[in-house]
Amino acid sequence: MTDPVHNGDNPAQRSQRTAAASSDLAIELIKINKRFGAVHANRDIDLKVRRGTVHGIVGENGAGKSTLMSILYGFYTADSGEIRVNGTPHEISDSRHALALGIGMVHQHFMLVDNFSILENVVLGAEDSAMLGPSLARARGELTRLAKEYNLDVNPDAIIEDVSVGTQQRVEILKALYRGADVLILDEPTGVLTPNEADDLFRVLETLREQGKTIILITHKLREIMAITDYVSVMRQGQMVETLETKNTNPEQLAELMVGRRVLLRVEKGPATPGDTFLSVENLVVKDDLGVIRVKDVSFTVRAGEIVGIAGVAGNGQSELLESVSGMRDQTSGTVRLKGTPLSLEGDDGAHRARQAGLAHVPEDRQRMGLVTAFEEWENAMLGYEDDPAYGKGIILDAKAARAQARERIEKFDIRPANERLKTANFSGGNQQKIVLAREMERNPDVLIVGQPTRGVDIGAIEFIHNQIIKMRDAGKAILLVSVELDEIRSLSDRILVMFDGKIVGEADPATATELELGLMMAGVTDKKRAAAPARAAAEGKVP
Amino acid sequence: MSTAILKPLPRWADVVLLPLLNLLLAFIVSGLVVLAIGQDPLAALNAITTGAFGNGYNIGYTLYYSTNFIFTGLAVAVAAHAGLFNIGGNGQAYIAGLGVILVALPMQFLPWWVTFPVAVVAGAAVGGFWGFIPGWLQAKRGSHVVITTIMFNFIAAAIMVYMVVNVLKPPGVLAPESAMIAAEGRMPKLGTFIPWFRNTDVNFTLILALLCLVGAYILIWHTRFGFAMRALGHNPTATRYAGMSNSRIIMIVMTMSGALAGMVAVNQVVGVQYRLVLDYVADAGFVGIAVALMGRNHPIGILLAALLFGALYQGGNELQYVIPGLSKEMVVVIQALVILFTGAMEGLFRPGLQRIFTTLSPGQKDEAVARNTVKSES
Repeated sequence: MTDPVHNGDNPAQRSQRTAAASSDLAIELIKINKRFGAVHANRDIDLKVRRGTVHGIVGENGAGKSTLMSILYGFYTADSGEIRVNGTPHEISDSRHALALGIGMVHQHFMLVDNFSILENVVLGAEDSAMLGPSLARARGELTRLAKEYNLDVNPDAIIEDVSVGTQQRVEILKALYRGADVLILDEPTGVLTPNEADDLFRVLETLREQGKTIILITHKLREIMAITDYVSVMRQGQMVETLETKNTNPEQLAELMVGRRVLLRVEKGPATPGDTFLSVENLVVKDDLGVIRVKDVSFTVRAGEIVGIAGVAGNGQSELLESVSGMRDQTSGTVRLKGTPLSLEGDDGAHRARQAGLAHVPEDRQRMGLVTAFEEWENAMLGYEDDPAYGKGIILDAKAARAQARERIEKFDIRPANERLKTANFSGGNQQKIVLAREMERNPDVLIVGQPTRGVDIGAIEFIHNQIIKMRDAGKAILLVSVELDEIRSLSDRILVMFDGKIVGEADPATATELELGLMMAGVTDKKRAAAPARAAAEGKVP
Repeated sequence: MSTAILKPLPRWADVVLLPLLNLLLAFIVSGLVVLAIGQDPLAALNAITTGAFGNGYNIGYTLYYSTNFIFTGLAVAVAAHAGLFNIGGNGQAYIAGLGVILVALPMQFLPWWVTFPVAVVAGAAVGGFWGFIPGWLQAKRGSHVVITTIMFNFIAAAIMVYMVVNVLKPPGVLAPESAMIAAEGRMPKLGTFIPWFRNTDVNFTLILALLCLVGAYILIWHTRFGFAMRALGHNPTATRYAGMSNSRIIMIVMTMSGALAGMVAVNQVVGVQYRLVLDYVADAGFVGIAVALMGRNHPIGILLAALLFGALYQGGNELQYVIPGLSKEMVVVIQALVILFTGAMEGLFRPGLQRIFTTLSPGQKDEAVARNTVKSES
């Protein structure tokens, strides 16, 4: 093996050496095994994390990353194996114990009380006494010190629900530091951040590293691994495949290690040849379930043979836009035209009429919207099209015909396991997505709306899904793509629209736009806005 | 986070084993109760069994009760497939009697085979309407059907008392009941065709109940609407995504559910009582909930569960005559225990059984664990 930290020598030698080397290892996991019944979620995992480094852990869904970190953080107990913290073996019984040992965790979904101030959230669970006053006063001093030391500026009195997601994440980090964490585990920390916020986070992580903290970063974004980590460990199917020094590796090698075969990371596509306008959205206004306006007067068009990507940080109205255009959500005002004909999308069968008109929709959240996971595969393969004459005469459903068609699609889209009678919940995320894609694409729609096509999908399936989308484009279909993965938007789209706070704030050419430009637009900063201001003023006659 | 990972039960265990275990437990606890008041549980069990299935007469009455329970069980099951909990079967069955009597009295001199289909349509229409209103309220106004259907039971009861006492009661009659239907308009008892049943209350409506079972099976699993309905029951967001119109499905399903419950009125009014009396539903609507739960919302299961409850009702009635120490109230206790264990607590043995099955079949366990791991990782 080529790695410097992870050696495959025998246990006796190892224990001798670790005793000597304990000073520079913050965390050492030795032969960790964890079984859930017969499944070996972690198999003889060895991991050495050097103090003062950023150590990345990558792997596909189900590779065992989360299980391993849960063991380290005391959520699970390992069946066998040893955990050493600063060279001393420990049985970590729960997360309180982990914290006492200086291990802190920042979860993917923040665990903050929305209507408490930052200060209160930091103190929560770590109060010194029954009276809050002294704790808060002490915490305020401590927070100021931490903020200065690690460049983690926050206003201690701001209420959580008023601050940005990036700030909330800082609070989570501060919480861990306040509790004396020396080792920070971050689970997919950039999933909810804009590229710029992610850069800020990386700067914070660098500062933490300089101050001697150790960081374990779980992520599936290879770009982040390359940008910030010192070492990277790759997991596959419960095993530790390889630990590498980041500077000696590249994304292609990591992807190959993760999947176990060569994968194409770049999407290969020819230039677009846009034709007539197939989808046009005019002055669309949409409210969310709480009545808050989430899409604010949005207009755009998608032409035949092009992919228009909508970039934006999650929660800026993209979901409501997709749901409204596809007929799932009532629009407050505006018009959606398909090949020039306005679609009537009102009512709770709007999606049905949209489909009839030739607009197919791959929803953002396949399990919540796109599938009935309790149904067998073939039943989901006709969801939304169950009225089609192909599935029987009159009111009676012809299950045989539906199953035969489902089998064909299973073959065509390589859905595994190839069993149309299997409950949909038993398919993996990637295969579930293929079920949805097959259903929506095989109808040969004029317009395809795709939300988060590869969320929670394994790298191997991502390649397939991307190619299918390109194939649709090349067949002359209009495709509207929404994704929070900026890389995906950039590699698939022929045109990028950036959405911020319910508005389209800019358009960019994926060939020329830099990540910085897009990132700024996603954060609501646009040159256009500045440029447009005088123009608008002129139009309104304020400038002579 | 560290909860044990269990796979779902195999179908046969879920459908057959679990209800049988629940039933066994109900009988054991009932036996203990019987024992506690100084009676012999085995003699009681024997009395119930003989009372329910001893001869044609007993079986006839068992089938009569079962007829009602098939209708109310189906009413609950059809709604349950669409994710709706219709507890208003009682009220829907009760008020449907109005429809039945209002067509049966004017048509009473016509042959029964003319009256019968019209009575079915009228009962279905009024019962269906009583289901439709809560459905409409749920679909259009978001009022939960559980609440509205309970309330509609009371409204139905009040309306029926008023109608029977103030409108339908012929002058000079003391009892609160409508006029009698003439002999021509009455539904023939099965005993007329099969003497073995003797003059028991089981009548032609049983055939209708069996047809409804078949019809429900086809509706739920072999029609486009059934597909939409089941999709709604599992995932209303997905049906909105599919454009199936959740509100339309809810209103149709609640109407069908009410119509099925309304068939109890046909059985009672033109099949047994030949007039409209008060409280003829005798809580069959509530027993229907237990029947549907125990029958896993499947027509075959409902048939078996309805037979079981029919037997319990009939056998229980006989029990008090065979063993004088066991009063009618005691029988109600036993019936309640069966409903409690098979209906309300039907999931009691599920975790234990799952654990046993998971340990016994490691192959399927892998799959369960793998699935769980993927879920927690993504």
